[in-house]
Amino acid sequence: MDSESHKSTATKLVYMANQIATFFHTQPKDEAVAGVADHINHFWEPRMREQFFAILEQEDNGFDPLVVEAAKHIRKPGPVPA
Amino acid sequence: MSLIEEIDYGTPKSLSEKMITLTIDGNEVTVPEGTSIMRASMEAGIKVPKLCATDMVDAFGSCRLCLIEIEGRNGTPASCTTPAMEGLVVHTQTQRLKNIRKGVMELYISDHPLDCLTCAANGDCELQDMAGAVGLRDVRYGYEGDNHVFAKANDVANDRWMPKDESNPYFTYDPAKCIVCSRCVRACEEVQGTFALTIEGRGFSSRVSPGMHENFVDSECVSCGACVQACPTATLTEKSVIEIGQPEHSKVTTCAYCGVGCSFKAEMRGEELVRMVPWKDGKANRGHSCVKGRFAYGYSTHKDRILNPMIREKISDPWREVTWEEAYKHVANEFRRIQYQYGRNSIGGITSSRCTNEETYLVQKLVRAGFGNNNVDTCARVCHSPTGYGLRTTFGTSAGTQDFDSVEHTDVVMIIGANPTDGHPVFASRLKKRLRKGAKLIVVDPRRIDLVRSPHVEAAQHLPLRPGTNVAVVTSMAHVIVTEGLFNEKFIRERCDWDEFQDWAAFVSSPEHSPEAIEQLSGVNPQALREAARLFATGGNGAIYYGLGVTEHSQGSTTVMAIANLAMATGNIGRKGVGVNPLRGQNNVQGSCDMGSFPHELPGYRHISDESTRDIFDKLWGVKLQDEPGLRIPNMLDAAVDGTFKGIYIQGEDILQSDPDTKHVAAGLAAMECVVVHDLFLNETANYAHVFLPGSTFLEKDGTFTNAERRINRVRKVMSPLNGYADWEVTQNLANAMGLGWSYSHPSEIMDEVALTTPSFAGVTYDLLDKEGSVQWPCNEKAPLGTPIMHIDSFARGKGKFIRTEYVATDERTGPRFPLLLTTGRILSQYNVGAQTRRTHNVVWHEEDRLEIHAHDAEQRGIRDGDWVKITSRAGETTLRALITDRVSPGVVYTTFHHPTTQANVITTDFSDWATNCPEYKVTAVQVGASNGPSDWQVEYDEQARQSRRIAPVLDAAE
Ligand code: SF4
Ligand code: SF4
Ligand code: SF4
Ligand code: FES
Repeated sequence: MDSESHKSTATKLVYMANQIATFFHTQPKDEAVAGVADHINHFWEPRMREQFFAILEQEDNGFDPLVVEAAKHIRKPGPVPA
Repeated sequence: MSLIEEIDYGTPKSLSEKMITLTIDGNEVTVPEGTSIMRASMEAGIKVPKLCATDMVDAFGSCRLCLIEIEGRNGTPASCTTPAMEGLVVHTQTQRLKNIRKGVMELYISDHPLDCLTCAANGDCELQDMAGAVGLRDVRYGYEGDNHVFAKANDVANDRWMPKDESNPYFTYDPAKCIVCSRCVRACEEVQGTFALTIEGRGFSSRVSPGMHENFVDSECVSCGACVQACPTATLTEKSVIEIGQPEHSKVTTCAYCGVGCSFKAEMRGEELVRMVPWKDGKANRGHSCVKGRFAYGYSTHKDRILNPMIREKISDPWREVTWEEAYKHVANEFRRIQYQYGRNSIGGITSSRCTNEETYLVQKLVRAGFGNNNVDTCARVCHSPTGYGLRTTFGTSAGTQDFDSVEHTDVVMIIGANPTDGHPVFASRLKKRLRKGAKLIVVDPRRIDLVRSPHVEAAQHLPLRPGTNVAVVTSMAHVIVTEGLFNEKFIRERCDWDEFQDWAAFVSSPEHSPEAIEQLSGVNPQALREAARLFATGGNGAIYYGLGVTEHSQGSTTVMAIANLAMATGNIGRKGVGVNPLRGQNNVQGSCDMGSFPHELPGYRHISDESTRDIFDKLWGVKLQDEPGLRIPNMLDAAVDGTFKGIYIQGEDILQSDPDTKHVAAGLAAMECVVVHDLFLNETANYAHVFLPGSTFLEKDGTFTNAERRINRVRKVMSPLNGYADWEVTQNLANAMGLGWSYSHPSEIMDEVALTTPSFAGVTYDLLDKEGSVQWPCNEKAPLGTPIMHIDSFARGKGKFIRTEYVATDERTGPRFPLLLTTGRILSQYNVGAQTRRTHNVVWHEEDRLEIHAHDAEQRGIRDGDWVKITSRAGETTLRALITDRVSPGVVYTTFHHPTTQANVITTDFSDWATNCPEYKVTAVQVGASNGPSDWQVEYDEQARQSRRIAPVLDAAE
């Protein structure tokens, strides 16, 4: 059986980002890109955003085009303070 | 310390604003019109003798003890049923009244056992008191006549005599002592709304009876205790009082079970709890209670409680008891080692919605200031995080808008995805009272919950939607309201952004949102949906109450916004009787969110990226907070599986049982190097723990809980912690072992720090709470006594924001392999994962979780009522017994999740709300089939659990 438990974190992140995009697709056009970026900036911990950018590098990363468009407004995480 | 005595005014308070003045025994008394003479007397301090009247229920006028004389009127009317009127001159004590009263008492006593000295109510019996009050000195009739007292008379069985009913685990019914005052019957009807009791027979032969001459436990009785409290004699008595005796002191405290937050008097004898009695001045419950808060506190002294800290190297080892010092040192060393090895962000903490505000605040402080990161989350994640997100976006505040009293002014109540009679019973009783007085009810729920049809309550509309289609249905109601022109334009123009409204109105008006168009996916009859929408928009004050059936979906946040839209469009915000009201699950869900338990928010819902807020804490705590959000629970588990998250401190939360996709939770925990569980019992999560810190119960500590109405209620310590320390002390000691140097000596000092740092709590102090009983935040300069109703003149965010809410089907879909939709819920007598209630007598009402399935689906699969069935989803499988019912529609199955052996979350998937990651508990595609016993996972799990609960025998230190 294809257990849900074996989904990788990367798969989950792509799924989550696309879920956010799905909501903002239904919002007025001018708010959508900022909406996705703000949401991810607000709620995603740096290592999630780190992974996000790593996945973004890959071709066929599975991201919704709206997520890709929003990516330039998503904050790159800085180094973790020691 | 003394026993808190509450005044019984005899009849309920009149709500009239018109005042009248009369004279009673020479005193002028001014009372609201409609007040009884009995109550008016009591307000003047004059106690008229009474037996059948009590102020929780309407007067009945049957005992004839409360008679009075009124100048200029004939006869001796009953003061409980005679209204006070302007200018009356009343006498409560005359020779004539004295004679009548003595005669009445004589009759009562002649049919009552005279075993006062050994009676459980001795010292707390109104019959005794009244005999004393009227000066009864002898009884002329003797006790040989017709009576209900003796089982036998002259060796012949007495037909009138009935044996005690001891079937209820918490109270007894002894018919021999009943004076047939009917207070219990009225309490069950008026206060509880269950109608379980009747007076059987007539005249002298009449007696109280549960249902159709049943035992209490087999009747409709839900064991709320209202009748026991109303009973003036020992007829209905708590078993604990029979066993222990009368209490000698009491303190007011708050129930630690659900988000209603009922106030109770904890009545004590020394450090032994005699009983919990609902407090009439409690503003959430107004003197009522449910079986959990009233009776189910036995877990606090249950033998399973762990009282000593324990450690082990590996989770396969048995536990080893250690001293507190060793435990703190071990945790501090481990956490520091892990951070050194894997980085500052490799550990985190989880706060509890069951613990106090003060304790929650300390855990998030430990994480932020001590661990130096923001990896703190709370179990509210899995229930009401979408409420916070949705209401904040639309209204500007992450909380419900009303107080519970508001329901008394509501004309149309809409309940979405909640089952108040089971989940929030005291609120349900208050709601039913209002419904019996004529308010209309709309229920939106896949299942026919009790409120849809119960004694003297019937929903005007029940929309039994398919699980997962809330957004479609609520948006479609908006479609009806907008296209039929039923919206409140004046309110919207004044209070909301008109352009946003127009955008939203155009969106909902499109034909694909019409009830007819969505029937295909929601299964809701379009006509019924239209009627419901019209009723809500035009029926007067409309209030929406919702629960986990709204939030625990992949579109949970969207549904909350759709609900907020509906309230704004109909102008149902900002006054009594209206509003948007989340029914919170656990006692302190609201409080734990308020206290900064979310990884992106500091106390008071201020985002961690906000520099000025961080600054307040940086200065006070002497640290530099990280400006980035931390990990949420599911993200922590993912990071654990990925190897970047290694240690966690979990206070009062059983994530293995309460979080979705058990296997993933287990994998995450198993991947960590130091799991610290701080709880009362070795819960399921503790099977994966390396350190166990014993917790304390709400009876053993001071603090506050914040209920679903934003009400901050005091929790008061009535006994010493069996484990030695309140939870806040344990967190403080742990923090100090990590070098933080905290020195709180009482929880009030923690609240002072909250007030100092958090504007919405600025005015909250323990002194204020002691004085006012409770306050609702915001409580500050602008609202020194708190805020019962929010958004009165304007929204917290300024203009109310309408948001488009498009229905998006969940990816958890039915198909040939998983053709049924499973949805989950809870029942009255059990609470959440059941760790507490399973350790009380409440198990008599719910021995196991059952799978509710429609006869049609059952028949197709050859399943009979009571059969063991296997339920399988994409995530896993479990087994439980079937219950065939028409409460669920064909295609839908339902279960509760109170017992660990059921492991319902083995089958829930990891789909979650798009905005908050709140898990989608309410929809799982499943298949159901016959089974011949527990699943492999259940067997394996039981074995693992058994192994991991071993505690090594203590070696004799003197060897
Ligand atoms: S315990 Fe509650 S439900 Fe049961 S009979 Fe008494 S009042 Fe009614
Ligand atoms: S059981 Fe108690 S309350 Fe009920 S009728 Fe008898 S004496 Fe009155
Ligand atoms: S469980 Fe809820 S309704 Fe019941 S007594 Fe406690 S707070 Fe009140
Ligand atoms: S108290 Fe008034 S008639 Fe019984």
